[in-house]
Amino acid sequence: MSLKFEDLTVGQEIGKRSIDVTRQDLVKYAGASGDFNPIHWNEAFATGVDLPGVIAHGMFTMGSAVQLVSDWAGDPAAVVDYQTRFTKPVLVTDTTGTGEPGAVIEVAGVVGALDADAGTARIDLTVTFEGQKVLMKSQAVVKLA
Amino acid sequence: MTINPDLQGRSYPAAEVYDVGREKIREFARAVKATHPAHFDVEAARALGHSDLVAPPTFAIIVAQRADAQLIEDPEAGIDFSRVVHADQRFTHHRAIIAGDELRAELHVDGVRAMGGGAMITTRAEIFTLGDDLQRNPVATTTSSILVRGEGQ
Repeated sequence: MSLKFEDLTVGQEIGKRSIDVTRQDLVKYAGASGDFNPIHWNEAFATGVDLPGVIAHGMFTMGSAVQLVSDWAGDPAAVVDYQTRFTKPVLVTDTTGTGEPGAVIEVAGVVGALDADAGTARIDLTVTFEGQKVLMKSQAVVKLA
Repeated sequence: MTINPDLQGRSYPAAEVYDVGREKIREFARAVKATHPAHFDVEAARALGHSDLVAPPTFAIIVAQRADAQLIEDPEAGIDFSRVVHADQRFTHHRAIIAGDELRAELHVDGVRAMGGGAMITTRAEIFTLGDDLQRNPVATTTSSILVRGEGQ
């Protein structure tokens, strides 16, 4: 399946998904990314620097949210630009051993703009946690074949 | 603790080469819960016209944050890492990052702004490979703003 520019309209939904997050996911992301800031894995450290608890890496949220776009585009290399502002932390509770998520992030995407000259579509992502937006101006530009 | 305002305009040259390995792409892809086969299966990546595994869209953060570390760990900068909050991030890909790439990153401090008792610092990493003629081939430009929280923020 390949996307065609002429089939797209502004406002069109590209889909949605839920992302379950555990403390173990944050440890995995820390290792994979090299970002070992203890606010993402140590409760005492996080509260000691005036945070409400362990929070997800902003880059975990940004990186997992864009998967909706990669899959929709059909080729992750089609995502030529991706930006966001981090507005609220995603608090991840310790559910170790229970099989339950410590947080659930909701992602939805719509076509926000089309650029016929560049052959690109801007996908606007709405990323929420407990009903509140955690990313703002989260936009991925997709180059269409 | 105060942030050194003279940081603005400073740059840090490309310090080390980052070798993009297949297993690192797979590990990072799993860590961001990516499932697209172009991150895992070389044949699937080749079927899309790529020479090897394709890195996820935010993979360049590994290289960018290594470059940022030069600034954050610079004793002259006055940054307390435990009080750093990521404020915004952008990736502009001049081409996709592919397994086998040898990436270099040059860091630029584009902005330093006092905010309450803390500061907002904006950095830009120019990520590139070197051609046989030592010419730079641009791969990605990343920009990042970090908020260094003051006491009580």
